[in-house]
Amino acid sequence: MREYNELIFEISREGRIAYTLPACDVPETCIKSSFPASMLREKELGLPEVSEVDVIRHYTLLSNKNYGVDTGFYPLGSCTMKYNPKINEDMASLPKFTGLHPYQPEETAQGALRLMHDLDGMLAEITGMAQVSLQPAAGAHGELAGLMIIKAYHQNRGDSKRNKIIVPDSAHGTNPASASVAGFDIIQINSDEKGAVDIEALKAVLNDEVAGLMLTNPSTLGLFEKNIKEIADLVHEAGGLLYYDGANMNAIMGYTRPGDMGFDVVHLNLHKTFSTPHGGGGPGSGPVGVSKKLVDFLPVPVIEKQADKYVLNYDKPLSIGRVKSFYGNFGVIVRAYAYVLTMGAEGLKKASEMAVLNANYMKERLKNHYYLPIDDICKHEFVLSCFGPDQHEVSTLDIAKRLLDYGYHPPTIYFPLIVDSAIMIEPTETESKETMDKFIDAMILIAEEAKTNPELLKSAPHNTHVRRLDEVKAARTPVLKWSK
Amino acid sequence: MNLLNDLLYTKNHEWIKVEGEKAYIGITDYAQHALGDIVFVELSEVDTELSAGDSFGAIESVKAASDSYLPVSGTIVEVNEAVIDDPSLLNQDAYANWMVAITLSNKSELDELLTAEQYEAHCK
Amino acid sequence: MHPYIPNTTIEEDQMLQSIGIKNTDALFSDIPAEVRLTRKLNLGDSMSELELSRFVKGLADKNKSIDDMVCFLGAGAYDHYIPSIIKHITSRSEFYTAYTPYQPEISQGTLQVIFEYQTMIANVTGMDVANASMYDGATACAEAGMMAVENTKRKSLVVSKSVHPEVRQVLATYMKFHGVEVVELDCKDGVTDAEALKTAVSGTTAGVVVQSPNFFGIVEDLTEIESITHNSKAMLIVNVIDPISLGILKTPGELGADIVVGEGQAFGNSLNFGGPYVGFMATTNKLMRKMPGRIVGETTDIDGKRAFVLTLQAREQHIRREKATSNICSNQALNALISSIYLTTMGKNGLKEVAEQCASKAHYAYDQIIGTGKFKPVFDKPFFKEFVVQSSRKASEINAELLKHNILGGYDLVKDYPGMENALLFCVTEKRTKQEIDKLVEILKGM
Repeated sequence: MREYNELIFEISREGRIAYTLPACDVPETCIKSSFPASMLREKELGLPEVSEVDVIRHYTLLSNKNYGVDTGFYPLGSCTMKYNPKINEDMASLPKFTGLHPYQPEETAQGALRLMHDLDGMLAEITGMAQVSLQPAAGAHGELAGLMIIKAYHQNRGDSKRNKIIVPDSAHGTNPASASVAGFDIIQINSDEKGAVDIEALKAVLNDEVAGLMLTNPSTLGLFEKNIKEIADLVHEAGGLLYYDGANMNAIMGYTRPGDMGFDVVHLNLHKTFSTPHGGGGPGSGPVGVSKKLVDFLPVPVIEKQADKYVLNYDKPLSIGRVKSFYGNFGVIVRAYAYVLTMGAEGLKKASEMAVLNANYMKERLKNHYYLPIDDICKHEFVLSCFGPDQHEVSTLDIAKRLLDYGYHPPTIYFPLIVDSAIMIEPTETESKETMDKFIDAMILIAEEAKTNPELLKSAPHNTHVRRLDEVKAARTPVLKWSK
Repeated sequence: MNLLNDLLYTKNHEWIKVEGEKAYIGITDYAQHALGDIVFVELSEVDTELSAGDSFGAIESVKAASDSYLPVSGTIVEVNEAVIDDPSLLNQDAYANWMVAITLSNKSELDELLTAEQYEAHCK
Repeated sequence: MHPYIPNTTIEEDQMLQSIGIKNTDALFSDIPAEVRLTRKLNLGDSMSELELSRFVKGLADKNKSIDDMVCFLGAGAYDHYIPSIIKHITSRSEFYTAYTPYQPEISQGTLQVIFEYQTMIANVTGMDVANASMYDGATACAEAGMMAVENTKRKSLVVSKSVHPEVRQVLATYMKFHGVEVVELDCKDGVTDAEALKTAVSGTTAGVVVQSPNFFGIVEDLTEIESITHNSKAMLIVNVIDPISLGILKTPGELGADIVVGEGQAFGNSLNFGGPYVGFMATTNKLMRKMPGRIVGETTDIDGKRAFVLTLQAREQHIRREKATSNICSNQALNALISSIYLTTMGKNGLKEVAEQCASKAHYAYDQIIGTGKFKPVFDKPFFKEFVVQSSRKASEINAELLKHNILGGYDLVKDYPGMENALLFCVTEKRTKQEIDKLVEILKGM
């Protein structure tokens, strides 16, 4: 295929246009007389001049340089790259959803409000929480809202010295970062040799300054935290709250619920567990759910049903306030709603069951070829550690890059940080045994190549649009925009 | 591991070279190696007064970032613009390229620092 | 069986056998009995595609959209023309089913799109650099506030009350928990009061947050505000909730802004009941490494070919954890793509023409509404495409009457500005026709 390497600015030609507008049918305002000259643009608008066909070909050719779930297997651990159902896209594109102004009167948006209220209830049921807010725009944003709720709860009780959040060393980077933005100090605790919370380490840091513990269960190693009840009791006895990072919710739907495990606050990633597309990095949606005693602290507005009417309630004096404009990423919320309805209770449980079965199958088949530091049943994902402690010739990065040559998106690499040279694989329920078998075969071949021809891995990828990039150059002398 | 015997070291991988009341501070060869290709160096401004343990700057590589801490108290009198302009100098020779120079405000703190031999043992 | 789950009982059995277990219960045996869910989730049965589609359409039909009503409502969410080409490109699943471009070799499409987006945002705002996007305008402003606090080591912000109320609310939430004081500054004649600003700023002020065009649609004169802010060594944060205005207005960069943040919805994104939209952030070269969020840079591959890659990652949460510039991870990449296509399609001439038509139509509507004699002007300042008028009747009554005629009326200002009784903020975009405006005026006249 012909190679395309132009930037949109480079194909720009003076005088070309890609738009049409009706002629202005009111008297044209003289811009120069309406505004003082000091307020008017002097610099030329640095935008391209192209025809419509230029636009469509440019972006189509760029799209060909991408890889999505619709292209193939995407076993990116902790990201839950499941199939994005097309009917959900159709539902989110209904003009009576896309054409709603956020400030139009409530009585003209009853369908949208009901949809959001319904999804609140469904997510509360799935997580075992009392109430959910759909306002946060992404997982990290949900974390931030949840941590603010924890802080507001303690402060409202007059317990203002609780300014510390405990985060395990296996946690996603967003956990400590969100806690820091919410104004907490972070206590990091080390995991035990099985990647679980070290109970003794936890006990050692629990005191009356601890506001809460952030945890994901199953952990980032894909292992269920068996001592969860004991952990919850310890934290609660010390006066703290438990925060559930819902990144790994896809493993447990219908089997157990964060609320039943003792968690007080939960965030979900609708763009993981609930099948909404990742969009190349967003938009996501990160609803935050809370137990009964925290309901009053949820962000405003809260969507409520009053008599037969759905309303936006701003009158919540204990609320943390607003964390985002309007009511959340509504378009994403519609997709998640359609997904829950399509799957139903049994479908969601089946999704978790198959996600877990798929992960265990892959783990068992790969553990003879790669080093599996913790050999136990896993949940929806598992973590390999390259070839183990003795193998240094090729790196995890080399394996990932070689997978590109075989036509796969590589797994998550070098995370979690507690596993050396980690390779984190999450197949999700989307994949058939045949797809996984082919990927496993490629992984086994690569393990063989690592022994017989390590150079092949170190110089991979060989057949992608571009080869390995000079990231040092990009960061040392940053070029962040095009200029003539 | 590359070490110079006339320097003092910290467990946090900084070195300090004392010249009378003045001292030069940088990161060790071990530190530059652990960080990988350094892409950015940020340093506190001249005249900043800092206590031992305060951060005087940050070093970034592609995959890591690390704050640098002052081993002893003092006031910054000079910053090495050369390493700001070309951070790769720290990769090329971590000892030849100091980051900041300070006037020492409490010389007795020097006693707490490690010798080359002690530092080498610490890194093992 | 389920269409999204391919494995049948045959493959299930094969896999179970390969693992060496009898059934999948064994795989969940690590969940202690005391926390197990012993009942079925109360969610109902699964729906077929036909049932789902019928049901969800039924909900949608309970709404009235801008196809059913003529929209004169703005206030941060704008009904602009959206070129058809946008949906054709964004529905390519190579874009929308990809993850964040962690593997640049197979993500050059997304990466180049972001690089071009950053370029367009930097150019439109007149700044040196832009990031890959933020959640929305309001959170972008909160992030800018944190950036100013972090870089000045000062602990308070001054924000003008002419900034969008929801932006101020989000800023207040973030700062309350971040331990930063926010001082709200009263307006004078609908704009930031420069005299009041002089007394509000001090040696502890990290940044001054203003908006132009402001919430009342007025283009603010930032000259004096800029000098007051910079004289006290604070950062000037300019909020652009209506970026279409930048088609004709002087860029915040030229006016001396340190950080420009804003809402990119108007660049081709549907109203969508408030989201997903896209926040943008642009700044100076000096502050480039202090920006939150993802950033794409140009580099070369080992063969010397031009390529794009996520860069300056040492700022971010996955590396610096609690010391990161922000906790943001996922952003609004697909909406940034929409904005890129919009700015490309409208281009240099189109954005200017849209801005001019908005201004012309808004000024026409304003003159006609004032001409009815039922409304009087509230401020005497240059406005772009939104303006405030006041009558002797409650704004809510007027809007209710307009709604009867399928007109979505203006924003009722008394909600956020006590004392502004009976004041409405109308918005007129290039989509409104003379006929629609005349109809609005006729109804208002008859009231």
